[in-house]
Amino acid sequence: MEISGNLSLIGYGLSAIGPAIAVGLIFAAYINGVARQPEARGLLQPIAILGFALAEALAIFGLVLFFL
Amino acid sequence: MILTAPALPAAGGGEFHSPTPEIFWQPLFEVGGIVVTNQMAWAAIVTAVVSIALITLSRKAAVVPSKGQWLLEGFYNFPRNSVARDMIGTKEFRKFVPLIVTLFTMVLFYNLMGIFPFAMNPVTGKIGFPIALVAVVYVVYHWIGFQKMGFVGYFKHMVPPGLPGWIVPVVFLLELITYFITRPLTLALRLFGNMFAGHMVIYLFVTAGAYFLLDGGILLKFLSLPTFLMAGVMVLFEALVQFLQAFVFVLLTSSYIAGALADDH
Repeated sequence: MEISGNLSLIGYGLSAIGPAIAVGLIFAAYINGVARQPEARGLLQPIAILGFALAEALAIFGLVLFFL
Repeated sequence: MILTAPALPAAGGGEFHSPTPEIFWQPLFEVGGIVVTNQMAWAAIVTAVVSIALITLSRKAAVVPSKGQWLLEGFYNFPRNSVARDMIGTKEFRKFVPLIVTLFTMVLFYNLMGIFPFAMNPVTGKIGFPIALVAVVYVVYHWIGFQKMGFVGYFKHMVPPGLPGWIVPVVFLLELITYFITRPLTLALRLFGNMFAGHMVIYLFVTAGAYFLLDGGILLKFLSLPTFLMAGVMVLFEALVQFLQAFVFVLLTSSYIAGALADDH
């Protein structure tokens, strides 16, 4: 069996693991926080989204590097 | 002028080609050396339609709102209250509401072109559009920072007070890179990358489904049904991502503005 393709695809798959874990941890912490103190939702939501955006930026860098 | 999504690969080709970034290059016509692409045409159309809609809905603003005004206020209150007021603070946010609301509307509707049936192509999936939007944000948050703290003061404010002397140059360098390179770069690339990747995934599922159905054997023909279903699921997921990215874009913009306005670090 012959497999053809680009090796950087595997590299991008590997590099996406880190941000994926980070995003999972951020939202786990957010859900925990809201479950413990539902009235803190409004305060926590922008912080969670901000952290999510920063972690996601790493995955986006990987995507861009894949096409370079 | 053709304003539809590109035609699916010709059936009966035999071999499946996965989509490449070239699917985003859709020139329509050329005027004096400048090529007008599909995305540019859709950007112009959606800007015109949304502007007209916003102006007509807000023209007859009254204390007792009509149905249209009520809808518009619901839309307007989201970036104004949940983003600008919460991030910048009640004292100074009013000045930036026009910018934040405009950016939110533009990014949202440009993103939504990715699932709009006739376009099916996110305008922000072309890197030029995010760069242009981010250029505005970049100038604004540096401008207000310099205006508020002066040229030297702005650089001084990047380093938090109370650090030991030997670490100050290192932190200053890192903050300098963050303020002038990382922030605009991530802001533009995040929006572009999300729209680009999302569109590629939808395109892949649709073309793979078409390939399975038209060229595959009997088993693959059955596989085309879940593939098309998955394409539908991805369209719904993209709708969520497109809204979220518009929200994240203005959220980060107002957080940068708040950072440039803040007295402490």
